[in-house]
Amino acid sequence: MLRSYLPAIVFLLLGAGVGAAFTTLNSVLGPKRQIEHKADPYECGLPSEIKQGFRFGISFYLIAMLFILFDIEVLFLYPVAVQLRAFGSFALVETIVFIALLFVAFVYVWRRGALEWR
Amino acid sequence: MLSTVPTVLADVRYFEPWWIQILKGIVIFAVGLQLVPIVLLAERKLLGRFQQRYGPNRVGPFGAIQPLADILKLLTKEQFRPRTSIGWLFALAPIVSIITAVAAFAIIPFGNTVDIFGTRVGLYGVDVSIGPLYLFAFGAVAFYGIMLGGWASGSKYSFLGAMRAAAQLISYEVSQGLALIGVVMTAGTLSLTGIVEAQQGMWYIVPQAVGFIVFLVASFAETNRAPFDLVEADAELVGGYNTEYGGGRFASYFFAEYLNVLVVSGVVTTVFLGGWLLPFGIDPPTWVDPFVVLAKMSIFVLFFIWVRATLPRLRYDQLMSLGWKILLPLATLNALVTAILVVVTH
Repeated sequence: MLRSYLPAIVFLLLGAGVGAAFTTLNSVLGPKRQIEHKADPYECGLPSEIKQGFRFGISFYLIAMLFILFDIEVLFLYPVAVQLRAFGSFALVETIVFIALLFVAFVYVWRRGALEWR
Repeated sequence: MLSTVPTVLADVRYFEPWWIQILKGIVIFAVGLQLVPIVLLAERKLLGRFQQRYGPNRVGPFGAIQPLADILKLLTKEQFRPRTSIGWLFALAPIVSIITAVAAFAIIPFGNTVDIFGTRVGLYGVDVSIGPLYLFAFGAVAFYGIMLGGWASGSKYSFLGAMRAAAQLISYEVSQGLALIGVVMTAGTLSLTGIVEAQQGMWYIVPQAVGFIVFLVASFAETNRAPFDLVEADAELVGGYNTEYGGGRFASYFFAEYLNVLVVSGVVTTVFLGGWLLPFGIDPPTWVDPFVVLAKMSIFVLFFIWVRATLPRLRYDQLMSLGWKILLPLATLNALVTAILVVVTH
């Protein structure tokens, strides 16, 4: 099981190595001149008023929920797509029904204005 | 001998002994590592020319070692982070970005199997039997790299950039996935080498032209490249998710971005442009194959740069309506029409 994925594991390790090197080398090679205002978050020159856990627009969460819906569509279509020739017209009819149902959901979401960015 | 291992993981076809697998991983990774500075230099040079200036031409002949100078400069900067940031997440996020980009690079096939010293070696990292799904899986994890980085920075602009990145990446991932379904139906396999072999008669860019266009547009959005670079829109968000990053961590975000451009070019080449196949029945010896793939990849990399120099950035609502109202229905329609054609002509 590990054998077949060995090259992918090599890639993961090498990627992690390069990433770790990039992330840590600065503290070895770079100068260390820490002053107080260097640690301020960027704010166009004004004193920052950042607090952890501030609130954010609901539109982003809505998009995330839509994503789950349609990404499941994609996931269901992949196995059918691979075996489409073997199953023939049976799979075709099933796919058409499936996409038609999703189309209804899509039209509903669109008409309710979930796709409008506000 | 063909070996497959039944596991909970997807099957992987492989022929080599273990030490060749490790060696080949290192070699392909080294090639990828070398391609990134070349793409970087090509982009700066070409953007310069597009804007009627020279671009880098001071470091080395024709500015050829400019990327090396850049990386040295970045790595000798001081390490610091904002007071409001979450230390370990702030450090981890760029590593996540880079790991996912490198891991995705592993599935690009540069050729079929060749005989090297009497053993069969596949000219690809892994030929996993779920090719595109592997790509989307790492694409989805790559999203955490940007999201965590922006969120853990503890800065307004980083957070805004990260939220935009989140919404943009998930919106376009759906279209990207759907665009490939037509190809999968036509080829009847998910293995990337299998998809290339299925294109012997005709490259899929011809019968799957709609899928190709949808996939290409979605890929621009997935790699956060112009005109979809709202994630780091410098005019409004300073630098987006990487506002607070500097030095090597900033470099690793950029390394990941350029490697992602290469990965996407490689996948488009493999899936729509026939990978290592040449048109008109030209069949060169096997050692030419990787160069064919690299040449086709460079076409797309140049296209990425050209588009960046040409198109202005989209507005955020335009970005969202393009993804959901145009690309998604178009990709679904493409899948449906392809399904009907495949079954009827079979």
